Amino acid sequence: MLNRRLLLAASAAAPLAPALAQTPPGVIVMAKQIDDIITLDPGECFEFTGSEICGNVYQKLVTTPNSNPSQLVGELAESWEAGAGGKTFTFRLKQGAKFSSGNPVTAEDAAWSLQRAVILNKSPAFIINQFGFTKDNVAQRIRATDPRTLVMETAEQTSLPFLLYCLSAVVGSVVEKAAALPKAQGDDLGNAWLKQNSAGSGPFMLRAWRASDSVTLEANPNATDKPATRRIIMRHTADPSAQLLGLQRGDADIARNLSDDIIKQVIAEGKFGVHKQRKAALLYLALNQKNPNLARPEVKQAIKLAIDYEGIARNITPNTWAVHQAFLPEGLPGALTEKPFSRKIDEARKLMADAGLADGFEMSFDYASTWPVSDIAQAVQANLADLKIRLRMQPGESRAVITKVRARQHDMSVSRWGSDYLDPHSNAETFSINIDNADDARNRTTAWRSSWLIPELSARVMEALRESDPEKRAQMYIDIQREHQRTSPFVIMLQEIEVWTSRPGVTGIDTGPMNDRNRWKSLAKA
Amino acid sequence: MKALAASAASIPITLFGLVLVTFFIGRVMPIDPVIAIVGDRAPQDVVEQTRAALGLDQPLYVQFVTYVGQLLRGDLGRSVMTSNTVGQDILTFFPATFELATTAIVLAALIGIPLGVLAAVKQGSLVDQAVRVFSLIGHSLPIFVLALLSLLVFYARLGIAPGPGRQGIVYQDMVDIRTGVLTLDAALAGDWGAFWDAVAHLAQPACVLAFFSLAYIARMTRAFMLNELRSEYVITARAKGLSSTRIIWRHAFGNVAVPMVTILALTYAGLLEGAVLTETIFAWPGLGQYLTVSLLNADMNAVLGATLVVGLIYVALNLLADTLYRLLDPRVR
Repeated sequence: MLNRRLLLAASAAAPLAPALAQTPPGVIVMAKQIDDIITLDPGECFEFTGSEICGNVYQKLVTTPNSNPSQLVGELAESWEAGAGGKTFTFRLKQGAKFSSGNPVTAEDAAWSLQRAVILNKSPAFIINQFGFTKDNVAQRIRATDPRTLVMETAEQTSLPFLLYCLSAVVGSVVEKAAALPKAQGDDLGNAWLKQNSAGSGPFMLRAWRASDSVTLEANPNATDKPATRRIIMRHTADPSAQLLGLQRGDADIARNLSDDIIKQVIAEGKFGVHKQRKAALLYLALNQKNPNLARPEVKQAIKLAIDYEGIARNITPNTWAVHQAFLPEGLPGALTEKPFSRKIDEARKLMADAGLADGFEMSFDYASTWPVSDIAQAVQANLADLKIRLRMQPGESRAVITKVRARQHDMSVSRWGSDYLDPHSNAETFSINIDNADDARNRTTAWRSSWLIPELSARVMEALRESDPEKRAQMYIDIQREHQRTSPFVIMLQEIEVWTSRPGVTGIDTGPMNDRNRWKSLAKA
Repeated sequence: MKALAASAASIPITLFGLVLVTFFIGRVMPIDPVIAIVGDRAPQDVVEQTRAALGLDQPLYVQFVTYVGQLLRGDLGRSVMTSNTVGQDILTFFPATFELATTAIVLAALIGIPLGVLAAVKQGSLVDQAVRVFSLIGHSLPIFVLALLSLLVFYARLGIAPGPGRQGIVYQDMVDIRTGVLTLDAALAGDWGAFWDAVAHLAQPACVLAFFSLAYIARMTRAFMLNELRSEYVITARAKGLSSTRIIWRHAFGNVAVPMVTILALTYAGLLEGAVLTETIFAWPGLGQYLTVSLLNADMNAVLGATLVVGLIYVALNLLADTLYRLLDPRVR
């Protein structure tokens, strides 16, 4: 049967056409799926591509270098300090930072940007709001006391690293008030205008965004650190094969969404550069504790021991997902890299027998019908069949699966989770907090969705959240993850790997675990 | 005239039926539209606030009445995916599809009709067999294979066609968008470099779509022509010594043109609906791609709006075909 793979094989076998074309000098073209962009307003943006763009157009008070993602460094702030009681925080801004308009970045701009994120209350606002800011108190609690000093007062005692990691998220970006506010429509604080325009101090500024077509960015002439490339163009190329062709023909310098089989072929040919980065995203099985069989500790453990993690990663996703078994992905502070589970089928069968389920049982299995999840689901089905667990396969559109899991109507599901911000609490909260297991509970974390009631573990997570000593805090998360591995109804299997494939001569690829840390400042081509 | 008025009168009923069916299918999908808006991470109170703000906590019939009320005011709602009004989105995406589909149907008609006529006139000959095989390939090969093969051969191997997208990098964002039809906008701006670049980018996807459509057009033209060429009036014309050209193009094709109007109108409507796979492979930001991405994101305002536009196109082209039918065929006047 003629398929895409065969076509690519034919492509690789045939001699290349005349001379390869080149993108213009000083311009980097990325072939990428960009139809996830909803907005480019940093106060609202929460999608993969949009976050990456905002991360290169705006600056935050603090950030983390990709060489050491746990280290907090000042981006616009030169220093910060916590007041006595851990509720007041003072930031001193660097001198010399300028917006693309040429105006200096002031504490007033920073305070207004954080205030507008709280007032707009869009999807990422909870990252800031969790410190007790509301639209009624934020003007009082986040304020500029002089052009270079910003003061922030949290509602409760707050761990400084936690606050800083949250401020390093895209929602903490600093927007030029004088550029955005005059463009406000009604009370939108410039939200509609910033969807398609920029007012930042990052290395690039937005020139145009055409939905499902392209994004064009120009170098910010007033940036503190001048970028190595004058223009970056992202072109929407949905099909991975078309991305590869673009790379081969020289119409693209970097391809961002090649599929695993194509990456394998590219690596084998050795013509293009392949850059890999572990992302803060996990693929895991969730076992609903409402199912009495899945609530048995032996069954949870048996399932964890029946999965062939290495086999799945090696055979299905050798380049795009790697084995990882704790709720903090590698690259995040406090991540646990131990892999206590491997396929031990005899041990798993014994556990099933101990639970009185030697003959197995039947349950439903919900999963997204897209690659690679569909292939992984089939592997899991085969693995669990060895325990006589019969899975009723229920493939669906990913949002349909999410809807079902949020309603706790699943037995077992496979889901993807990406961290919202770099602090360990982002994942710890969702995987390890559930103190109200009622159907109408207010806080519906991932633990709640699996009906896993854990008041004690939840208390430990909150204790870690309040800890100010970074080393002690990291150790607390390590301990929580070990406990989580032992007892939780989550079989964390894989961590996502982002792959950039580039033409020879492309240099300066600098990527991080979060999308906004994919930095283009040094991107250049010979 | 009376029949035409009756056809026109049925349009609102057709469109109402379309809105009704699409609305209820959208609402019974196993996807929570609120999740599409606020995301999977949003706190429950934000989810409930959004549900109430959108009226999604109301009974279905109330939601439908509200939606129809908005429609009657010309408000198609706002797209979750792009944050624009659906009307704005359709104005952005539809011109790309219009440009592609119109070029494709013109090419398909210009090549497919003469091929069909030729095959009928030379029935059983090598030419006829070649046209039949050509049509069979065009109609039976999946369009994504055609598109990928075309990219592979003309773009990757021979290097005589540009890659996916509507513009080359050099002309990216250089043309002021007035109509959304890029070739026309470039011509209006007098930027002939951008014009020829846009034409070059249009050629390949348009040819792929045209190949797919012309196969059908050629087969139908051949079938209609064969029917006409066997008619008694053609035998009479031949007996009277009229030239073959006159018999074929004036007499036989004149009658074939009538049913061909319907074939062309429906094929064109199908292309305007959005050739999803072709648009995806050639990174062509058209209505088909918009509709598909909207559906996958449970963006129901966008799906309903785009479906309504597609429905309107079908209805309008059907009406046009009916009108032309009456003009061309005196028997149905």
